[in-house]
Amino acid sequence: MRGSSSEVLLARYADCIFWLARYVERAENLARILDVNETFSRDDRGGQNWLSIVQLNSDEERFFATHRAATAQTVVKFYVIDSGNPTSIVSAIRYARENARTLRPLISTEMWVQLNVFHNRLAALVEADLTSGKLASLFGSIKEACQTHTGITEGTFFRDQGWYFYQLGRYIERADQTTRLLDIKYHLLLPNLSDVGSPIDVSQWNALLRSAAGYHAYRRLHTANTTPARVAGFLLLNQAFPRSLHHCVREAGRLLGEVKSRYLLRQGNDAAEELDRLRGVLGTLDISVILSEGLHEFLDLMQRQLIALTRDLSIAFFGYSPADVPTKSVAQQ
Amino acid sequence: MDPSVLDEYDPSSFYCEMLRSAASRVVRERLAGLSINALKERAAAANAELYNLGITFTIYSDARTIDRILPFDVLPRILSAEEWRHIESGIMQRITAINLLLDDVYHDQHVLRDGVVPADLILGNRNYRPLMRGIDLPYKTYVNICGTDIVRDERGTFLVLEDNARTPSGVSYVVENRHMMLRAFPDLLDGVSLRPIDNYGARLIAALQEVAPASAADPQVVLLSPGTYNSAYFEHVFLAREMGVPLVEGSDLLVEDERVFMRTTGGLAQVDVIYRRINDDYLDSEAFVPDSMLGVPGLMRSYRAGNLALANAVGTGIADDKAIYAYMPRIISYYLDQDPILPNVETHICREPKALRFTLDHLADLVVKPVGEAGGHGITVGPRASLQELDECRAKLVADPANYISQPCINLSVAPTLVDGRIEPRHVDLRPFAVTGSSTWVLPGGLTRVALRRRSLVVNSSQGGGSKDTWVVE
Repeated sequence: MRGSSSEVLLARYADCIFWLARYVERAENLARILDVNETFSRDDRGGQNWLSIVQLNSDEERFFATHRAATAQTVVKFYVIDSGNPTSIVSAIRYARENARTLRPLISTEMWVQLNVFHNRLAALVEADLTSGKLASLFGSIKEACQTHTGITEGTFFRDQGWYFYQLGRYIERADQTTRLLDIKYHLLLPNLSDVGSPIDVSQWNALLRSAAGYHAYRRLHTANTTPARVAGFLLLNQAFPRSLHHCVREAGRLLGEVKSRYLLRQGNDAAEELDRLRGVLGTLDISVILSEGLHEFLDLMQRQLIALTRDLSIAFFGYSPADVPTKSVAQQ
Repeated sequence: MDPSVLDEYDPSSFYCEMLRSAASRVVRERLAGLSINALKERAAAANAELYNLGITFTIYSDARTIDRILPFDVLPRILSAEEWRHIESGIMQRITAINLLLDDVYHDQHVLRDGVVPADLILGNRNYRPLMRGIDLPYKTYVNICGTDIVRDERGTFLVLEDNARTPSGVSYVVENRHMMLRAFPDLLDGVSLRPIDNYGARLIAALQEVAPASAADPQVVLLSPGTYNSAYFEHVFLAREMGVPLVEGSDLLVEDERVFMRTTGGLAQVDVIYRRINDDYLDSEAFVPDSMLGVPGLMRSYRAGNLALANAVGTGIADDKAIYAYMPRIISYYLDQDPILPNVETHICREPKALRFTLDHLADLVVKPVGEAGGHGITVGPRASLQELDECRAKLVADPANYISQPCINLSVAPTLVDGRIEPRHVDLRPFAVTGSSTWVLPGGLTRVALRRRSLVVNSSQGGGSKDTWVVE
């Protein structure tokens, strides 16, 4: 094969741009979750809420190796400034920056400069910057920096193959984050069986919607009361909500189909078929069916399918052989 | 009122690039209207911007990596059009001679048989590559990218100090420094007619495509880097971007059927030209250092089969060797029947009896350098040496004269430089960059490096060097 430079994309670059998008998306989601938790957890469930964030990322083992209890202070420190923690915001942005450094020939200078400055700012944070009075504005600025990245990318990144793999990474990560968020919070917020019929804690469900930036959209859709089923249905199945599982899967499927046909990429048929099938399932399922058959089982299945999808893409496009695909996403730096 | 920029500046007896140049008159007048404090503020902002832009080189210290910028001095170094014409023609002449030398050495070796250069200096050189014998290169161009280090003595004469004919670096700073000047000092540049430098990438890729194998209709060029941890990685990024070509690492490439391919999302894509920023030794573990992970096994097979162009060619290191440098004036006159336009620093080749005699007689005034060493090792600086050191040097010279050359001490020219809030004279050199495909083009100006430490003559970035924007003024 011989093609001009604008038509070919190095497999390694595709890998890096996919993960660059994922890490920024991951950092933004984490900032959202921490922000909402900080704002809405000043009640008797507070301690439990901080623990749930550790569970969300399956970080219990590493967290409790160095911390005795999941308090606001320890959890925020672990997830914001702990550069030794690979799932912290500062680590995610460090990985994003390292990928961006590799990708500098491909991405715009504005994309690089913003990530470089963002990273330098995060790396300079110390514990004194995490006092409760400063946290809301800190999380706000982190979210905004991630969104600035997204906006700069939208406005400056050349629309060739790299753009497709960038967006694929973003939607797959977002889908994964939404399922994790719901998985932890849903069970935490459900009333005990003995409490059936008692009023649910609406403010907590609203907080869940807020951490996914879905509160106002949900309100427009459901003006009446908030129910756990409706919230779960909205986050998973709504087609118009940009962070819903269904929307993300549909976008990923569309992007993969487009990049394959536009650039005559013969690989990746398994991933394309899998996305197609998932989209079909999400388009026909009703939330009541999901809940009656077990939400956790459903979300777990979705997460495993997203991992399998990443694996398929890694083999088809990113130059990995089946034996050396990284199994955990954090291994990707 | 604050003093203005050049009020208290005194270059003493050195040749000053700013005060002695008629071409800098307009800039001097404008600097007279600028206070040192204002200059300081703008200089600090410019250096902060370089850091944010990530125009950095990497230092490894205590297992940590530190990104440093090459300190940028905001006072430009100015060359007149006439000075530049002289430098440019001298560099073109020199590169023509170097390419003729390399083609001869790797073919018929007339230069050795005619006794112009001692055969053992070439054939025994560690950078001589027998694998290159008999390979015909397009336009006989071996050195596609050359950086020539030029200094200026106390009389203002330009002298060549060193040729860099392997993988010279620094051109990215030339272009980025100019961009920075345009942003930070538009008032200084306003109405001054400068030779533009932002077409370097376009010139480079055109030259690389010229030397591509004839079989490639639309040649795929790539830049091969050791990777993100290389200290010059920023420059590799810069060059790949300016040329619009993929920046690859060894693991992205493979050789099949004596052709080179890169791994892409769509499968394997053939590569025709590699601008490699990896030394010969690590280029191909089949041909050179066996355990190298940086290069591509089999690359030299593809090269010898004529399916690949490498820039620079393999084996150019003999042309920028210290010992060969001493013969460069003779090499120029041998191939071109011309005198060198840019003289060497006067060099005494101690293997020749007359030069040895002169060196021994003037030891206290000369710098004596072993030819086989790099990085300043084994050098005796006569004016600063003790009597005992001079005696030791004398003994070594007598025992093995062929291993030494000697040169006079050069008082490098200076330029006004902002150091710790003051304007002081600091020594500078100049590295113009030349690009050669079917013909040679020289980027106007080049990299002016400045030794930021007082009285230091060392301009290297790793040892406290900085850089300046270099203007060729019409």
